Amino acid sequence: MFKLLEPNKIFQITSKAPKYVLFLFVVVLSVGLVEALILSPEDYKQSDAVRIMYVHVPAAWISLGIFSSITVLSISGFIFKNKNFFLISKSLAPSGFVFNIIALVTGSIWGKPTWGTWWAWDARITSMLILALFYALYLISWRIYENEEKVFKISTFITILGIINVPIIKYSVDWWNTLHQPASINILSKSTIHSSMLYPLLIMTAAFALFSLLIFLMKYNTELIKIKNKGLDRL
Amino acid sequence: MYGRKVKLRFLFVSTILLILILTVFLVLKSLEENVVYFQSPSEIKSLTELTNNKIRVGGMVKKNSISMNSNEVNFIITDFKNEINVTYSGAVPNLFEEGKGVVAEGVLKDRNFFSATKILAKHDENYMPPEVKAALEEN
Repeated sequence: MFKLLEPNKIFQITSKAPKYVLFLFVVVLSVGLVEALILSPEDYKQSDAVRIMYVHVPAAWISLGIFSSITVLSISGFIFKNKNFFLISKSLAPSGFVFNIIALVTGSIWGKPTWGTWWAWDARITSMLILALFYALYLISWRIYENEEKVFKISTFITILGIINVPIIKYSVDWWNTLHQPASINILSKSTIHSSMLYPLLIMTAAFALFSLLIFLMKYNTELIKIKNKGLDRL
Repeated sequence: MYGRKVKLRFLFVSTILLILILTVFLVLKSLEENVVYFQSPSEIKSLTELTNNKIRVGGMVKKNSISMNSNEVNFIITDFKNEINVTYSGAVPNLFEEGKGVVAEGVLKDRNFFSATKILAKHDENYMPPEVKAALEEN
Protein backbone atom coordinates (compact mmCIF):
# COMPACT_ATOMS: atom_id res chain seq x y z
CA MET A 1 0.00 0.00 0.00
CA PHE A 2 2.70 2.48 1.02
CA LYS A 3 4.79 1.50 -1.98
CA LEU A 4 2.15 3.20 -4.06
CA LEU A 5 2.90 6.47 -2.34
CA GLU A 6 6.44 6.63 -3.63
CA PRO A 7 6.84 9.75 -5.76
CA ASN A 8 8.04 7.81 -8.77
CA LYS A 9 4.99 5.55 -8.75
CA ILE A 10 2.64 8.47 -8.25
CA PHE A 11 4.44 10.40 -10.94
CA GLN A 12 3.87 7.61 -13.41
CA ILE A 13 0.14 7.90 -12.78
CA THR A 14 -0.14 11.69 -12.64
CA SER A 15 1.80 12.20 -15.84
CA LYS A 16 -0.28 9.75 -17.85
CA ALA A 17 -3.75 10.14 -16.36
CA PRO A 18 -4.56 13.74 -17.46
CA LYS A 19 -5.18 12.88 -21.11
CA TYR A 20 -7.69 10.18 -20.19
CA VAL A 21 -9.38 12.44 -17.69
CA LEU A 22 -9.51 15.23 -20.27
CA PHE A 23 -11.16 12.89 -22.78
CA LEU A 24 -13.71 11.75 -20.21
CA PHE A 25 -14.34 15.35 -19.16
CA VAL A 26 -15.05 16.46 -22.74
CA VAL A 27 -17.46 13.54 -23.25
CA VAL A 28 -19.34 14.05 -19.98
CA LEU A 29 -19.44 17.83 -20.38
CA SER A 30 -20.86 17.51 -23.92
CA VAL A 31 -23.58 15.14 -22.76
CA GLY A 32 -24.26 17.36 -19.74
CA LEU A 33 -24.53 20.55 -21.78
CA VAL A 34 -26.85 18.98 -24.36
CA GLU A 35 -29.03 17.62 -21.55
CA ALA A 36 -29.00 20.87 -19.58
CA LEU A 37 -29.39 23.39 -22.39
CA ILE A 38 -31.51 21.52 -24.94
CA LEU A 39 -33.13 18.31 -23.71
CA SER A 40 -34.18 19.29 -20.19
CA PRO A 41 -37.55 21.01 -19.85
CA GLU A 42 -38.01 24.62 -18.84
CA ASP A 43 -39.24 25.36 -15.35
CA TYR A 44 -42.95 26.06 -14.77
CA LYS A 45 -42.08 29.29 -13.03
CA GLN A 46 -38.67 30.45 -14.13
CA SER A 47 -38.86 29.04 -17.70
CA ASP A 48 -35.41 29.10 -19.31
CA ALA A 49 -33.73 31.01 -16.50
CA VAL A 50 -33.63 27.71 -14.59
CA ARG A 51 -30.84 26.51 -16.89
CA ILE A 52 -28.32 28.62 -14.97
CA MET A 53 -28.88 26.11 -12.17
CA TYR A 54 -26.97 23.44 -14.13
CA VAL A 55 -23.79 25.47 -13.75
CA HIS A 56 -24.50 27.26 -10.48
CA VAL A 57 -25.36 24.30 -8.25
CA PRO A 58 -22.58 21.89 -9.36
CA ALA A 59 -20.01 24.70 -9.05
CA ALA A 60 -21.16 25.42 -5.49
CA TRP A 61 -21.13 21.72 -4.56
CA ILE A 62 -17.63 21.17 -5.93
CA SER A 63 -16.24 24.24 -4.19
CA LEU A 64 -17.67 23.08 -0.85
CA GLY A 65 -16.47 19.52 -1.44
CA ILE A 66 -12.94 20.61 -2.28
CA PHE A 67 -12.72 22.91 0.73
CA SER A 68 -13.83 20.05 3.00
CA SER A 69 -11.26 17.77 1.37
CA ILE A 70 -8.35 20.18 1.77
CA THR A 71 -9.32 20.67 5.42
CA VAL A 72 -9.33 16.94 6.17
CA LEU A 73 -6.06 16.48 4.24
CA SER A 74 -4.37 19.44 5.92
CA ILE A 75 -5.39 18.35 9.41
CA SER A 76 -4.27 14.76 8.70
CA GLY A 77 -1.03 16.10 7.25
CA PHE A 78 -0.49 18.15 10.38
CA ILE A 79 -1.28 15.34 12.80
CA PHE A 80 0.65 12.60 10.99
CA LYS A 81 3.37 14.91 9.66
CA ASN A 82 2.75 13.80 6.10
CA LYS A 83 4.03 16.21 3.48
CA ASN A 84 2.18 14.47 0.67
CA PHE A 85 -1.22 15.41 2.14
CA PHE A 86 -0.24 19.08 2.05
CA LEU A 87 0.82 18.86 -1.56
CA ILE A 88 -2.50 17.21 -2.50
CA SER A 89 -4.36 20.00 -0.66
CA LYS A 90 -2.32 22.68 -2.37
CA SER A 91 -3.04 21.14 -5.77
CA LEU A 92 -6.77 20.82 -5.10
CA ALA A 93 -7.34 24.37 -3.93
CA PRO A 94 -7.17 26.36 -7.20
CA SER A 95 -10.07 24.54 -8.88
CA GLY A 96 -12.16 24.83 -5.70
CA PHE A 97 -11.55 28.56 -5.68
CA VAL A 98 -12.46 28.91 -9.35
CA PHE A 99 -15.72 26.98 -8.85
CA ASN A 100 -16.53 29.13 -5.83
CA ILE A 101 -16.19 32.26 -7.97
CA ILE A 102 -18.26 30.62 -10.73
CA ALA A 103 -21.01 29.85 -8.18
CA LEU A 104 -21.05 33.48 -7.02
CA VAL A 105 -21.05 34.95 -10.52
CA THR A 106 -23.70 32.59 -11.95
CA GLY A 107 -25.77 33.14 -8.79
CA SER A 108 -25.64 36.84 -9.45
CA ILE A 109 -26.66 36.36 -13.09
CA TRP A 110 -29.51 34.07 -11.98
CA GLY A 111 -30.62 36.48 -9.25
CA LYS A 112 -31.30 39.37 -11.59
CA PRO A 113 -34.08 37.79 -13.72
CA THR A 114 -35.63 35.82 -10.85
CA TRP A 115 -35.28 37.77 -7.60
CA GLY A 116 -34.82 41.14 -9.26
CA THR A 117 -31.38 41.89 -7.84
CA TRP A 118 -27.77 41.08 -8.70
CA TRP A 119 -26.70 40.81 -5.09
CA ALA A 120 -28.28 40.45 -1.66
CA TRP A 121 -26.48 40.35 1.66
CA ASP A 122 -28.39 37.29 2.79
CA ALA A 123 -26.80 34.54 4.88
CA ARG A 124 -26.25 32.03 2.06
CA ILE A 125 -24.67 34.46 -0.36
CA THR A 126 -22.54 36.20 2.26
CA SER A 127 -21.26 32.92 3.72
CA MET A 128 -20.36 31.77 0.19
CA LEU A 129 -18.40 34.99 -0.30
CA ILE A 130 -16.58 34.33 2.97
CA LEU A 131 -15.64 30.87 1.68
CA ALA A 132 -14.08 32.53 -1.37
CA LEU A 133 -12.05 34.75 0.97
CA PHE A 134 -10.80 31.69 2.86
CA TYR A 135 -9.83 30.04 -0.42
CA ALA A 136 -7.95 33.20 -1.37
CA LEU A 137 -6.20 33.29 2.03
CA TYR A 138 -5.25 29.65 1.66
CA LEU A 139 -3.79 30.14 -1.81
CA ILE A 140 -1.96 33.32 -0.77
CA SER A 141 -0.43 31.58 2.26
CA TRP A 142 1.34 29.16 -0.09
CA ARG A 143 2.76 32.08 -2.04
CA ILE A 144 4.07 34.27 0.76
CA TYR A 145 5.72 31.74 3.07
CA GLU A 146 8.96 30.20 1.88
CA ASN A 147 9.50 28.04 4.93
CA GLU A 148 7.75 24.71 4.45
CA GLU A 149 7.06 23.99 8.12
CA LYS A 150 5.51 27.42 8.48
CA VAL A 151 3.27 27.19 5.42
CA PHE A 152 2.02 23.76 6.50
CA LYS A 153 0.93 25.14 9.86
CA ILE A 154 -0.55 28.38 8.56
CA SER A 155 -2.46 26.79 5.70
CA THR A 156 -3.86 24.17 8.08
CA PHE A 157 -4.99 26.89 10.46
CA ILE A 158 -6.72 28.73 7.60
CA THR A 159 -8.61 25.57 6.61
CA ILE A 160 -9.69 24.98 10.23
CA LEU A 161 -11.03 28.53 10.40
CA GLY A 162 -12.73 28.15 7.05
CA ILE A 163 -14.32 24.74 7.65
CA ILE A 164 -16.59 26.19 10.35
CA ASN A 165 -18.15 28.25 7.61
CA VAL A 166 -19.05 25.17 5.53
CA PRO A 167 -21.97 23.90 7.69
CA ILE A 168 -23.07 27.53 8.02
CA ILE A 169 -23.32 27.74 4.23
CA LYS A 170 -25.25 24.47 4.08
CA TYR A 171 -27.76 25.30 6.80
CA SER A 172 -27.95 29.10 6.41
CA VAL A 173 -31.13 28.72 4.37
CA ASP A 174 -32.78 26.65 7.13
CA TRP A 175 -31.56 28.56 10.19
CA TRP A 176 -32.37 32.10 9.06
CA ASN A 177 -34.70 33.96 6.76
CA THR A 178 -32.82 34.25 3.50
CA LEU A 179 -33.65 35.38 0.01
CA HIS A 180 -31.99 32.22 -1.27
CA GLN A 181 -34.36 29.25 -1.46
CA PRO A 182 -33.76 26.12 0.67
CA ALA A 183 -32.11 23.01 -0.74
CA SER A 184 -34.05 21.12 -3.43
CA ILE A 185 -32.07 17.93 -3.14
CA ASN A 186 -32.35 16.10 0.14
CA ILE A 187 -30.79 12.82 1.04
CA LEU A 188 -33.24 11.95 3.78
CA SER A 189 -36.49 13.30 2.38
CA LYS A 190 -37.94 13.56 -1.10
CA SER A 191 -36.21 15.96 -3.46
CA THR A 192 -38.26 18.86 -4.76
CA ILE A 193 -36.66 18.88 -8.17
CA HIS A 194 -38.22 16.89 -10.99
CA SER A 195 -36.15 13.95 -12.24
CA SER A 196 -35.97 15.41 -15.77
CA MET A 197 -34.00 18.28 -14.22
CA LEU A 198 -32.12 16.24 -11.64
CA TYR A 199 -30.25 14.03 -14.11
CA PRO A 200 -28.74 16.88 -16.16
CA LEU A 201 -27.70 18.44 -12.85
CA LEU A 202 -25.92 15.26 -11.76
CA ILE A 203 -24.20 14.87 -15.14
CA MET A 204 -22.95 18.45 -14.96
CA THR A 205 -21.69 17.78 -11.44
CA ALA A 206 -19.74 14.78 -12.74
CA ALA A 207 -18.31 16.95 -15.53
CA PHE A 208 -17.16 19.63 -13.08
CA ALA A 209 -15.69 17.00 -10.76
CA LEU A 210 -13.71 15.60 -13.69
CA PHE A 211 -12.47 19.08 -14.52
CA SER A 212 -11.30 19.52 -10.93
CA LEU A 213 -9.57 16.15 -11.10
CA LEU A 214 -7.83 17.21 -14.30
CA ILE A 215 -6.55 20.49 -12.85
CA PHE A 216 -5.58 18.65 -9.67
CA LEU A 217 -3.52 16.06 -11.56
CA MET A 218 -1.70 18.74 -13.52
CA LYS A 219 -0.95 20.80 -10.39
CA TYR A 220 0.10 17.77 -8.41
CA ASN A 221 2.34 16.64 -11.24
CA THR A 222 4.11 19.99 -11.07
CA GLU A 223 4.65 19.58 -7.34
CA LEU A 224 6.17 16.15 -7.91
CA ILE A 225 8.49 17.52 -10.60
CA LYS A 226 9.63 20.18 -8.12
CA ILE A 227 10.48 17.45 -5.62
CA LYS A 228 12.32 15.47 -8.27
CA ASN A 229 14.35 18.50 -9.23
CA LYS A 230 15.41 18.94 -5.64
CA GLY A 231 16.82 15.44 -5.88
CA LEU A 232 14.64 14.00 -3.16
CA ASP A 233 13.43 10.47 -3.60
CA ARG A 234 10.78 10.44 -0.91
CA LEU A 235 7.99 12.68 0.22
CA MET B 1 -0.64 2.42 17.95
CA TYR B 2 0.21 6.03 17.25
CA GLY B 3 3.00 7.90 18.97
CA ARG B 4 2.52 10.32 21.81
CA LYS B 5 3.24 13.30 19.56
CA VAL B 6 0.55 12.28 17.09
CA LYS B 7 -2.00 12.04 19.89
CA LEU B 8 -0.89 15.41 21.24
CA ARG B 9 -1.30 17.09 17.86
CA PHE B 10 -4.70 15.47 17.42
CA LEU B 11 -5.78 16.83 20.80
CA PHE B 12 -4.39 20.25 19.88
CA VAL B 13 -6.34 20.46 16.61
CA SER B 14 -9.55 19.18 18.22
CA THR B 15 -9.33 21.79 20.98
CA ILE B 16 -8.78 24.62 18.53
CA LEU B 17 -11.70 23.42 16.41
CA LEU B 18 -13.98 23.14 19.44
CA ILE B 19 -13.11 26.62 20.71
CA LEU B 20 -13.63 28.14 17.26
CA ILE B 21 -16.99 26.43 16.78
CA LEU B 22 -18.13 27.71 20.16
CA THR B 23 -16.94 31.24 19.37
CA VAL B 24 -18.64 31.33 15.98
CA PHE B 25 -21.83 29.91 17.48
CA LEU B 26 -21.96 32.61 20.16
CA VAL B 27 -21.15 35.38 17.70
CA LEU B 28 -23.89 34.25 15.30
CA LYS B 29 -26.36 33.85 18.14
CA SER B 30 -25.82 37.42 19.29
CA LEU B 31 -25.88 38.78 15.76
CA GLU B 32 -29.00 36.87 14.75
CA GLU B 33 -30.95 40.04 14.09
CA ASN B 34 -28.40 41.13 11.54
CA VAL B 35 -28.02 37.72 9.93
CA VAL B 36 -31.68 37.38 8.96
CA TYR B 37 -32.38 38.95 5.61
CA PHE B 38 -35.97 39.90 6.35
CA GLN B 39 -38.59 39.85 9.09
CA SER B 40 -41.99 38.24 8.90
CA PRO B 41 -45.23 40.23 9.43
CA SER B 42 -45.59 38.53 12.85
CA GLU B 43 -42.17 39.80 13.88
CA ILE B 44 -43.13 43.30 12.75
CA LYS B 45 -46.32 43.10 14.82
CA SER B 46 -44.36 42.24 17.92
CA LEU B 47 -41.85 45.09 17.53
CA THR B 48 -41.74 47.21 20.65
CA GLU B 49 -40.72 50.38 18.85
CA LEU B 50 -40.84 51.40 15.22
CA THR B 51 -37.75 52.80 13.57
CA ASN B 52 -37.39 54.96 10.52
CA ASN B 53 -34.53 52.79 9.33
CA LYS B 54 -34.73 50.73 6.20
CA ILE B 55 -35.94 47.20 6.96
CA ARG B 56 -37.06 44.19 4.94
CA VAL B 57 -40.33 42.37 5.32
CA GLY B 58 -40.83 38.98 3.74
CA GLY B 59 -43.56 36.39 3.33
CA MET B 60 -46.15 35.34 0.81
CA VAL B 61 -48.10 37.69 -1.41
CA LYS B 62 -51.68 37.17 -0.26
CA LYS B 63 -54.05 35.73 -2.89
CA ASN B 64 -56.19 38.38 -4.62
CA SER B 65 -54.43 41.19 -2.82
CA ILE B 66 -52.48 42.78 -5.64
CA SER B 67 -53.96 45.96 -7.01
CA MET B 68 -52.06 47.94 -9.58
CA ASN B 69 -52.70 51.36 -10.95
CA SER B 70 -50.62 53.59 -13.19
CA ASN B 71 -47.99 54.49 -10.65
CA GLU B 72 -48.48 52.25 -7.66
CA VAL B 73 -48.65 48.61 -6.66
CA ASN B 74 -50.46 47.65 -3.49
CA PHE B 75 -50.44 44.18 -2.01
CA ILE B 76 -50.48 42.30 1.27
CA ILE B 77 -47.59 40.26 2.65
CA THR B 78 -48.75 37.42 4.85
CA ASP B 79 -47.13 34.68 6.91
CA PHE B 80 -50.57 33.09 7.41
CA LYS B 81 -50.74 34.48 10.96
CA ASN B 82 -50.31 38.21 10.46
CA GLU B 83 -50.34 40.46 7.44
CA ILE B 84 -48.94 43.79 6.41
CA ASN B 85 -50.04 46.18 3.65
CA VAL B 86 -47.35 47.25 1.21
CA THR B 87 -47.33 50.12 -1.24
CA TYR B 88 -44.68 50.38 -3.89
CA SER B 89 -44.09 52.41 -7.01
CA GLY B 90 -41.80 50.97 -9.63
CA ALA B 91 -41.25 47.83 -11.63
CA VAL B 92 -41.78 44.47 -9.94
CA PRO B 93 -39.59 41.44 -10.77
CA ASN B 94 -40.88 38.80 -13.20
CA LEU B 95 -41.52 36.22 -10.53
CA PHE B 96 -43.59 38.56 -8.38
CA GLU B 97 -46.96 36.82 -8.18
CA GLU B 98 -49.86 36.18 -5.86
CA GLY B 99 -49.31 33.20 -3.60
CA LYS B 100 -45.53 33.36 -4.06
CA GLY B 101 -42.71 34.55 -1.87
CA VAL B 102 -41.67 38.17 -1.75
CA VAL B 103 -39.25 40.40 0.14
CA ALA B 104 -39.98 44.12 0.35
CA GLU B 105 -37.34 46.65 1.37
CA GLY B 106 -38.42 50.03 2.71
CA VAL B 107 -39.73 51.79 5.79
CA LEU B 108 -42.61 51.07 8.14
CA LYS B 109 -45.37 53.67 8.30
CA ASP B 110 -46.94 51.83 11.21
CA ARG B 111 -47.39 48.19 12.17
CA ASN B 112 -49.82 47.61 9.31
CA PHE B 113 -48.44 49.76 6.53
CA PHE B 114 -45.13 49.42 4.79
CA SER B 115 -43.79 51.71 2.12
CA ALA B 116 -41.41 49.75 -0.10
CA THR B 117 -38.57 51.13 -2.15
CA LYS B 118 -37.54 47.79 -3.59
CA ILE B 119 -39.35 44.53 -4.26
CA LEU B 120 -37.57 41.20 -4.58
CA ALA B 121 -39.23 37.96 -5.58
CA LYS B 122 -38.34 34.95 -3.46
CA HIS B 123 -38.83 31.68 -5.28
CA ASP B 124 -39.14 28.31 -3.61
CA GLU B 125 -37.13 25.11 -3.96
CA ASN B 126 -39.56 23.36 -6.32
CA TYR B 127 -38.39 22.80 -9.86
CA MET B 128 -40.53 21.01 -12.42
CA PRO B 129 -41.62 21.23 -16.04
CA PRO B 130 -44.91 23.08 -16.77
CA GLU B 131 -46.68 19.82 -17.72
CA VAL B 132 -45.94 18.30 -14.34
CA LYS B 133 -47.19 21.42 -12.61
CA ALA B 134 -50.40 21.29 -14.64
CA ALA B 135 -50.86 17.60 -13.79
CA LEU B 136 -50.32 18.34 -10.11
CA GLU B 137 -52.92 21.08 -10.15
CA GLU B 138 -55.49 18.79 -11.74
CA ASN B 139 -55.22 16.34 -8.87
